[in-house]
Parts: sequence; C-alpha cells; structure tokens
Amino acid sequence: MRAFTQHEGLVVPMDRANVDTDLIIPKQFLKSIKRTGFGPNLFDELRYLDEGFPGQDCSARPINPDFPLNFPRYQGGSVLLARENFGCGSSREHAPWALEDHGFRAIIAPSFADIFFNNCFKNGLLPIVLPEAVVHRLFEETHAQEGYTLTIDLEQQHIHKPCGETIAFEVDAFHKHCLINGLDHIGLTLEHADDIRAYEMKRREKAPWLFDAVQY
Amino acid sequence: MAGQTLYDKLWQDHLIKTRDDGSALIYIDRHLIHEVTSPQAFEGLRLAGRQPWRKDSLVATPDHNVPSESVERAAGVSGIRDDISRIQVQTLDENCRDFDVVQFGINEPGQGIVHVIGPETGATLPGMTVVCGDSHTSTHGALGALAHGIGTSEVEHVMATQCLIQRKMKNMLVRVDGELLPGVTAKDVVLAIIGKIGTAGGTGYAIEFGGEVIRKMSMEGRMTVCNMAIEAGARAGMVAVDQITLDYVKGKPYAPKGEHWDRAAEAWSQLHSDDDSVFDQVVVLRGEEIEPQVSWGTSPEMVVPISANVPDPVAEGDSTKRTGMQRALEYMGLSAGQRISDIKLDRVFIGSCTNSRIEDLRAAAAIAKGRSKADSVKQVLIVPGSQAVKAQAEREGLHKIFIEAGFEWREPSCSMCLAMNADKLGAGEHCASTSNRNFEGRQGYGGRTHLVSPAMAAAAAIAGHFVDVREMAPVQAQEEMA
Repeated sequence: MRAFTQHEGLVVPMDRANVDTDLIIPKQFLKSIKRTGFGPNLFDELRYLDEGFPGQDCSARPINPDFPLNFPRYQGGSVLLARENFGCGSSREHAPWALEDHGFRAIIAPSFADIFFNNCFKNGLLPIVLPEAVVHRLFEETHAQEGYTLTIDLEQQHIHKPCGETIAFEVDAFHKHCLINGLDHIGLTLEHADDIRAYEMKRREKAPWLFDAVQY
Repeated sequence: MAGQTLYDKLWQDHLIKTRDDGSALIYIDRHLIHEVTSPQAFEGLRLAGRQPWRKDSLVATPDHNVPSESVERAAGVSGIRDDISRIQVQTLDENCRDFDVVQFGINEPGQGIVHVIGPETGATLPGMTVVCGDSHTSTHGALGALAHGIGTSEVEHVMATQCLIQRKMKNMLVRVDGELLPGVTAKDVVLAIIGKIGTAGGTGYAIEFGGEVIRKMSMEGRMTVCNMAIEAGARAGMVAVDQITLDYVKGKPYAPKGEHWDRAAEAWSQLHSDDDSVFDQVVVLRGEEIEPQVSWGTSPEMVVPISANVPDPVAEGDSTKRTGMQRALEYMGLSAGQRISDIKLDRVFIGSCTNSRIEDLRAAAAIAKGRSKADSVKQVLIVPGSQAVKAQAEREGLHKIFIEAGFEWREPSCSMCLAMNADKLGAGEHCASTSNRNFEGRQGYGGRTHLVSPAMAAAAAIAGHFVDVREMAPVQAQEEMA
C-alpha cells in the first residue's frame, strides 16, 4: 500500500449529501477482476452524458460540463470535499479504487458510511471527518478561490489552509500507523498467528459445530 | 455493572485480543464469497503465496452476474452471453478449484443469493461472526449472529488470517412495540425505521431489532429487517435468539445435530440482551402506526406510507436535505404533492436478498392469484432467491399463479436489484421493486426505483400503479363473500 504522510492537493467540491457507492462507481464496472483502471469511470453517471460500458474509450464520450470534476479549474485535484454520509450503500471497494485511480489521496466530509470509510484506509486514501460548519466553510472557500489547495499532514493530524489557518483532525491510531508506513494489514495480523491459533483451539472445544465443514 | 447487549456478547465471544493501539482482533466463523468482490482477494493471496487460513469456513456461490432467464441459464457458466460477466463467474470457479473452496455452482441445487443460501442451509448459524464482501451480509444477524459486509481487502484479510482488526461499534436498540395491522409486512417495518432514523442514523452502531413486533415476526421477516440495517447506516443488524430461531435452524443441512445440537441450543439461548443492559441509543416505533410503505426518492430514507403524497422540499428546513429532495424529485420525474397511488409503473421486480424467500413469494402469489398484470406494465420479474426457494415455490404451484398472471418466472440470481445481469430498467422507467436500494441508476441507467414489499409490488403489477394492498383482498376471498 502507498504510504501517506503529507499531501498538498487541489480541492474538488462534491456538493451533495448521501453520495452512495453506486454513484461513485456504477455496477457495470464491477465486473472487472482487476483492482485498477476504475478511474475513468469514477462518478460515471454524473461525469458523462451517455451510459458507460466497461472497456470503452472514455476520452471519446460526451462529458457533463456542469459536473465539477469536469471543470478546467479542478483538473488534477486530489482532495475531495464532500457532504455528510459520503460512501453509503454497497460495500464495493471499487469505490475507493476508482477514487484512488483517478488521483484522489484524501476525502474531507462531515461523516462517512462505515464500510466505505474502512475501505479507504486499505488503499492509501485518507478519509477525514470534520465538523459540518468547518466543511461548509471549506466549500465556500473552494468555490470562491480558484486553485484552492490544502496541505494535509497526517503525522501532525493537521490540515493547513492557504490563509495560514490550521485545522486539527482525529484519526484512529492503527489506521494512522498503517497509512504512514504503507503497511500491509495481513502481515500485521499474522504477527498474532499464535493468539489466533490459541483462540481457535478453545473455540473448537466450546463450539465444535462451528468447525464442521460445509460439504457439497 | 450493567448487563451485556446481544452485540456485546457476540463481540466478547469473538475477541481474540485487544491490541496495544486499542484496536481489536476479532475471529470470523463464516465467510461467504461471491464472484464480484472476491477475484482481487484471491489474486492477492496468490501474489503473496498465501493459502486460506481455514478453508472449511468458506462457502462460495455465484449470484450477482448469473442470468435469470432460463434458456441462457440452462447452458451454465459457458452460456453466459455477457463476456465480462462470464469471465467473472469463471474466475470464481477457478479460484474455488485452485484454493479448494466449497462452491455451490451456477446450476447446482445449493446455488442462490449468498444471503438466502446462508441461513437456508445452516451455513450461517446463531452465535457466529459472518462476513461477506457484500453490504447486505447484515441479513444473517436475524439468526442472532454478528454479520456485516466488508470490502475486498478485508475479504483477502479474512481468508488469510480468519480475523478482522476492528473497533467496537456502539449499541442501538430499535424497538417495534405493539402489533402490525393486517397487510403490513417486515419490509414496511424496516422502511418505516429507515424513514424515521435516516440513511445515516445507524452509522457507527450495531442495531438490535426488538419489541413485540420483531418477536412475533418469522425468521424470514427478521432477515428482511436485518438485511436493510445497512440502509439505515448500520453495518450490522441483529435479532435475539428465541424459539422461532431454534425452530428455524433445527434440521437445516449444516446445522448441528444430536449432542452438538443440544449444546448449541443451550449456548444460543444466551444470545439476547440482558434486562439491565444499556444501549447508547434507543428508537421506538409503534407497530399499529406502520402502513405499507413506498419510497419516492433516490435514498431509502425517502419513503412514505401508501396513503401519503410525495413530500414538498419547500417544507424541509435543512438546505442540504432540501437540495437532495429537489434533485431526487427531478431524477424520479415526480412532483411535490403528487399522490403516491398515482405513480404508474413500467416494470415490477420481486426478488433480491431482501425479499426473495418463500414467504415473500407466497405473499406476492396471494395477491396475484386469479388476477393479471396491467397491460401498461411491460414486465413483472419474479426471481426466487435460491434453487431451494424455486423448487419449494414450484412444489406449491406458485410459479403457475405467477405465469397465469402474466409474470415471468426466473432463475435464482440478484437480477434487477442491481442490474449486473441482463435484467435492468430503461431510462425513465418506474419500477416497483422489493429490493433494498433506490439509488440513481441502481436498477439500470436512468431507472426509477420504488422500494416496496412483495405484496405491494404484486398489487402494483396488477393495478399498473401503486395501490394499498389492504384494499386488494384475495380473489378467492371475494368469491366466498359473494
């Protein structure tokens, strides 16, 4: 996993609440058996004016000029500014894969759906929860100022605004450790292999029916 | 010290250890796998040279991409016309073969939607931790299990380690007191709950559903309720174990037998919240106040009783919500104040992990019996949730009732719930759907979904627009009265 320590990036506003993962990446693209290549279909139904299909050349499709991701001023953006309950619905990890593939490194919102929030950390993507009023202010500033960028310092848990102001944010200690060091969670968990085996032995005694194999 | 909630008990029972940073290592008993969210996880194992930690905890089946149409389906995996869908299902076959994972293949008797076959085979049981790369894994919580969806990285993580690293969620009790009026179903109950607490109301919580209404509800009804916990933002929904649970589980193919059954039943009888347990939040609804529900917008919280009108965004004080409502009305092609019963339907879908079990099909058949689909409705799809449900329905003759009514009797799959196979809505089409999500484009590009119960969907198919199912008595009963 790509490490995340400090990131300076252009902010892209996604001004609607309850953005679901179907909207982030529609189902037809979930047929891929790969982990990459979802970027061109990020927000497919909002971004283009036609219906998208897997494997198509997106550069030839009609784009929706009213969608912020298509605005010239937001090209190259890597910090997504969103509203409450971002990433609700389906557990598809294709949503963070698409965001990451498109070039996003962080998402700032007043709240996230649980599964999406968790999926982000597995992909080097940092979801940051800030109070609604603070997020609202960031929307105003992003709209008002072309080229509005934020610098996110994960180590210090600070966001630096262009005006010099600093916003502190919370992050789970485990997630922070993994992101900063770009660690593979499986490797970390396997360090506890003996504990897992010991638990399993006790559990097998207590509830042997859980270990009866399903056969077919 | 206060007693424990059901969630507290399930958590503690699966806690391997608390790590130094406060995160917990949680053991996973059952891992369900389907073709969409597993290929990258198997590939990850391959790349790292890892094997599944406990193969006997894995059960796989293809459901999202498999065709529901019988001719296409009959040819098996190689007959899937959509090339990319076929490759995905083939990939599951190959992965299950390479890693020696039990799979209920495309046309085998055990196949079905993962969340239907888990409880129905006994592969998911009370007291288990159950995960799957699918958000509707919350369904299995109806058995008194801790069940929730995970992303593909965690699918790989659980395969490799049998564990998840997590933090404990908060406890919420949703209590539905009193009793339901005739014609009101589990689907109406859960839609009413989501309408009340909102689509993010349960974020950060595990929800236990309780109260008299839930206690009297069948297991299949409880599955419908828990299935949609995620639509209220809660990853996990659950119901305490009682006699209804034990009666349901007993005799299932993979349920414990003999001495193991006695021990299991004894252990499971503890799976309820203690009287003195404390919830972080309690929400109460009255059963008698719940009417049949219909969603009007593009989020499951945008739901009203059948007797109501489409709400007016102007009355909404919160500006973000107001904008969301306006956008939803525009997408749905509806106007504020319009009567719900005036919404005309182009298609009807009865199926999905929410409502494709035998009781759902019986409820739809009771309305369809002796009646016909409205001419204005282009298509009514009846998609049973599993091969077992399909076989049972055919034994009961339900398929004949549907076919005589002009409905289409299909093969077990996720089908039009998310339109990954060929079943989808056209742009602008309105659909009465027993599925779980009315998001933009969910059932097809530009499609307009209205979430309802199976009985309400069948009634809408016959009338051509939404009607209160309670005003539509079974044809037989009408004849008897006359």
